[in-house]
Amino acid sequence: MPAIIIDGKEYRYEGEGRNLLEVCLSLGFAVPYFCWHPAMHAVGACRQCAVKVFTDETDTRGKIVMSCMTAAADGMRVAIHDPEVADFRARVIEWLMVNHPHDCAVCDEGGECHLQDMTVMTGHVSRRYRFDKRTYRNQELGPFVHHEMNRCIQCYRCVRFYRDYAGGRDLEVFGAHDHVYFGRFADGVLESPFSGNLVEVCPTGVFTDKVFKEQYARKWDLATAPSVCTLCGHGCNILPGARDGTLRRVRNRYHHAVNGYFICDRGRYGFQFVNSEFRVRTPLLRDGGTLRAASADEALARVRTVLAEGTVAGIGSPRASVEANYALRALVGAERFCHGLPEKEFTLLEALVALMRSARTPFPTLPEVERADAVIILGEDLANTAPRLELALRQAARIVPDELEAAALGVLPFDDAALRAATQGGTHPLFLAVTGATSLDAMATARCRAVPDELARLALAVAHRLDPSAPAVTDLGADAAALADRIADALRTAKRPLLICGASAGSPALIAAAGQLLRALDTAGTAPMLRVVAPACDSMGVALLGGISLEEAARADTLIILDSEQLSAAQVAGATHIICLDSLLTEIGERAEVVLPAATFAESGGTLVNSDGLAQRFFQVFVPEGDIRESWRWIAEILGQPWANLDALLAEIAAELPVFAPMREAAPPADYRLDGQKIPRQSPRCSGRTAMTAHVSVHEPVPPDDPDSPLAFSMEGASGQPPAPLVPRFWAPGWNSVQAVNTFQEEVGGPLREGVLCRVIVPAGSAPPAAPVPPAFVPREDALLILPAYHLFGSEPLSLLTPGIAALAPAPYLALHPADAARLGVTVGSMVTVTLGETALTLPVVPREDVPRGAGLLSVGLVETPDALPAWGAVRGGAHA
Amino acid sequence: MPDLREYAGAGGYAGLRAALKMTPTEVQGMVKAANLRGRGGAGFPTGVKWGAVPLGPAARRPKYLVVNADEMEPGVMKDRLLMEGNPHQLIEGIIIAAHAIEAEHAFIFIRLAYREAAERLRRAIAEATAHGYLGENILGSGFSLDIRVHRSAGRYICGEETALLNALEGKRPIPRAKPPFPQTVGLWGQPTVVNNVETLCNVPHILRNGPEWFRGLSRSADGGTKLYGASGRVRRPGAWELPMGTPLREILEAHAGGMEEGYQLRGLLPGGASTDFLTPAHLDLPMDFASVMGAGSRLGTGTIVVLDDRTCPVSLLISLEQFFARESCGWCTPCREGLPWVVRLLRALEDGDGRQEDIARLEEHTRLLGPGRTFCALAPGAMEPLQSALHYFREDFTRHVTERGCPWRKELVV
Repeated sequence: MPAIIIDGKEYRYEGEGRNLLEVCLSLGFAVPYFCWHPAMHAVGACRQCAVKVFTDETDTRGKIVMSCMTAAADGMRVAIHDPEVADFRARVIEWLMVNHPHDCAVCDEGGECHLQDMTVMTGHVSRRYRFDKRTYRNQELGPFVHHEMNRCIQCYRCVRFYRDYAGGRDLEVFGAHDHVYFGRFADGVLESPFSGNLVEVCPTGVFTDKVFKEQYARKWDLATAPSVCTLCGHGCNILPGARDGTLRRVRNRYHHAVNGYFICDRGRYGFQFVNSEFRVRTPLLRDGGTLRAASADEALARVRTVLAEGTVAGIGSPRASVEANYALRALVGAERFCHGLPEKEFTLLEALVALMRSARTPFPTLPEVERADAVIILGEDLANTAPRLELALRQAARIVPDELEAAALGVLPFDDAALRAATQGGTHPLFLAVTGATSLDAMATARCRAVPDELARLALAVAHRLDPSAPAVTDLGADAAALADRIADALRTAKRPLLICGASAGSPALIAAAGQLLRALDTAGTAPMLRVVAPACDSMGVALLGGISLEEAARADTLIILDSEQLSAAQVAGATHIICLDSLLTEIGERAEVVLPAATFAESGGTLVNSDGLAQRFFQVFVPEGDIRESWRWIAEILGQPWANLDALLAEIAAELPVFAPMREAAPPADYRLDGQKIPRQSPRCSGRTAMTAHVSVHEPVPPDDPDSPLAFSMEGASGQPPAPLVPRFWAPGWNSVQAVNTFQEEVGGPLREGVLCRVIVPAGSAPPAAPVPPAFVPREDALLILPAYHLFGSEPLSLLTPGIAALAPAPYLALHPADAARLGVTVGSMVTVTLGETALTLPVVPREDVPRGAGLLSVGLVETPDALPAWGAVRGGAHA
Repeated sequence: MPDLREYAGAGGYAGLRAALKMTPTEVQGMVKAANLRGRGGAGFPTGVKWGAVPLGPAARRPKYLVVNADEMEPGVMKDRLLMEGNPHQLIEGIIIAAHAIEAEHAFIFIRLAYREAAERLRRAIAEATAHGYLGENILGSGFSLDIRVHRSAGRYICGEETALLNALEGKRPIPRAKPPFPQTVGLWGQPTVVNNVETLCNVPHILRNGPEWFRGLSRSADGGTKLYGASGRVRRPGAWELPMGTPLREILEAHAGGMEEGYQLRGLLPGGASTDFLTPAHLDLPMDFASVMGAGSRLGTGTIVVLDDRTCPVSLLISLEQFFARESCGWCTPCREGLPWVVRLLRALEDGDGRQEDIARLEEHTRLLGPGRTFCALAPGAMEPLQSALHYFREDFTRHVTERGCPWRKELVV
């Protein structure tokens, strides 16, 4: 292990080819910085991280260097606390303050501002600049991000994130000298689905969270707890913050293997349903024709009565925790428990689990995805089905230093600008086999847009080229055959090929073909990585739990339903009695016998199994108003309290269903104590504790108990850093901003200390399911094959309760190829009627060249669609809209 | 302007013919032996710069030669004369240099305002192409090259070689960190050499007459001749090709004709706006890289800006620092924020709003905006005239404070 001498003392450090700044930060030294970002590396612009290096022990003068642009080397002598360089760092802050407005008292960033922290760190206190400051006009950037350019310190992080890292085009840097402007060409909604990260990337208050602004609380007054995003299957870790009974904002919670430093805008802003006016806050009971509020006892008595009558089925949910689903299963019995999905959809999940278990190579973590050197995506429009993965693939597509022979060229591996200059946007092979245009099209080496069966045929053709013993596709068209050759060559020669496949295309044939391709890649000796995309936050959890289909469950007299917002009223129309465990009053809830008010993710704890088979624990953030309880707790009440707390429930799950046994390790148990104390959800600076309820009683209320976790609803408790799954906020002395995460990592950019990766689905090398070659697609004269099209804003129903997301969601549509539009005699702006089974949908037509001939893309989530797509739909032209 | 026939008639393209018979390494060897140092200001040995380019079949291709013709520093006007006066000389130099590094393409990145020079270069390139000096298989040698003229969008920073490369790629002209050096990661990431116009104009003569001849032209250790210039209150402002190492006095007195009637020499910037002041005490200094460096300044571009006794040094500095502050690209903090502060401090002095501590603040900036502190050499260059003015003309600064304004301005009013 190399050693470095800092301020006269020797330290061992990890890692080859790291810069001095990362090494110093990893060792716990406070070196201030702005433009460097652990995910975006160094560009040397801000000059804040200056340190001195000395050639040898006789060198007393030393030389000032930027630590971010200097490679750490064994035996290097460095001074951080040298007076000359310390003064230089203070002067850099003073320069930044030349134009910074010092409006901290009214700034949304105040209290978690990296600029504040760095100012204090350098010791700069008084400004000697006595002339005018420059001012800018701010821009209106849409519902999520507030713009306040006067505060800008020109670190260039925003454009580096937005453009270079996330592939956005509509945020730029304009102007020169001391009049540099970061914004859009004109006011307008930021187009990138990752725009919210600007809020965390910006070291000061230029880009702030507009949703938070509208329900602002001082950051140190927010109660926070480790949580997991429930708005897609990826399972990004998040830090929701609550105050006074409402959820105020969501921030990224760094998880090395899952989401790193960034989340998407659905995840950041889609939480507003927690505060919705449609929340059920007290048990509701049907009395005569209407629902009325009732006490818990009354409601539970009715539930017990109803459950005693006729046949009962419990409908679980891929959006509910494993614990909630298991509790329901325990209530109704395994044979009466439904996973909450129509048969066709559940079959897809089972196929995905089988695909994962057929893998032989460990599933890649996020950094491993980012290091893939050849990628094939089967059927997923990732920006809309797993956005965080899309962002990772943008990095995977980039050529990385070791392939560049960077050292020979003199390129330092952490010098982002030099790497970009050297690679000139050079990318790894990325192949898209999808049903329409995607955000990755521009970086794709080649793409195939076709209906799922055709995509499956392509994947099988590639598999056959890699492994001749795999079934051949004999009637493949010339173009597809040439593409298959190209893909096979690229994957065969890759060192770290990655295959991505999911359930979005709705095609078991495609998943089966992915299995063949994965095995063929294995046979060809490439150690292929697999990444699966599942639709919901606990899809994989219910896939492992199993159960009867929704169709079968719906035949029961009495239904007890978890999270009925995922179902349509038509799907459960046959039931006589319905009991809902819901957080929102739904259409189904409106006709239920009893609605028990269920906690959202922010008001409960539990475990979710993400697309990747990782079991992740989320913790209750705040205690809601009213009689809201965790779904599993309501069920426990019905059952007569079989589980004392979450740990007891987890223990039973592990005993009953060994597949979930590892799940107990996802976080320390409730009796875990740090330094003999619980871990506070509130910061030590939390204010108003004694005043907030003073109008009721001058006595301070006892904080609510939390029997389910080692976290406390309080500002009192352990002050040290807890193990990774329990970290409720990133804060360290002197580090009030999100940058404090540096102090929680094993080393900068690495895993959090004492982190766990708790997999309940593991690569087992089992035989991939057979994949018969589907017949070639034949378009029909009278109908289109209707395929699902997904939208980040629109296809997930809960997030649509966030006004900004609803505003950005597209109107429902049917997209079809212009040739098909002409054939069917429909034009832009006209309405068509699509008949799917017994449902007729009337939608405006969007002709799009990217839609496969003979197919139609239907925006899912925006219109209520009958069960699973793809399905043939008769299309009839209609009147102009 | 000589056309190709005239240029060839005077011995033009003989150097190229000689070069094409040699290997690239041999051409580099000749230029090294001639001790040609870069004429853009930094004085880096040209042959050594070329030597860092990977050669042979294993080298990454294409490779580029980029001519820095973005001459935009206040007080500097020498490359323009070369391009307008004898474009074929530059073109011949480009072809030889491209051969020496096995480059396939060359670009002349020319200042926006040099419209006439760009036009003449384009005409000369067309002529040279028509006569087989450019294009495929030049003079039957198997070597091929094309030259494109690219007019800059007009920022001083584009003359910084790596910012120039970004500008040429269509990106914001912000400098790149070195390493990697352009010879390995240059234009569009490919091996690239960036040479100044005047540097390349020397090359044909070295190839034609040999390194000994070239070194013999000089009156110093640095080889060849140099275009020196003088501007300010001298009798005959202009530029002259003189042996490298010609003393300052000779340039100013024999060639520039001495000071104008009624003006005394107070100081001078020997090599453009980004070099330290010298004083009349330095007049016997030979104008070569080492000698000027020894006197605490830089030869720079060798184009002298003269400060007379009736011009306020503070106002001269305002003019220079305003230029540098405006031309800062805005990438690094010290340059972006420090230079405008310097300008405001100088203006405060000039306007009678100056304080004693402002002088200390200016001095502090000359230290803080030094090499290594900033991303590129723009701000350190901007500090050179300021730091030396604070040294040599200290009294003038103090008077601005004590007399609450510019003494020269008051004189004018009186």
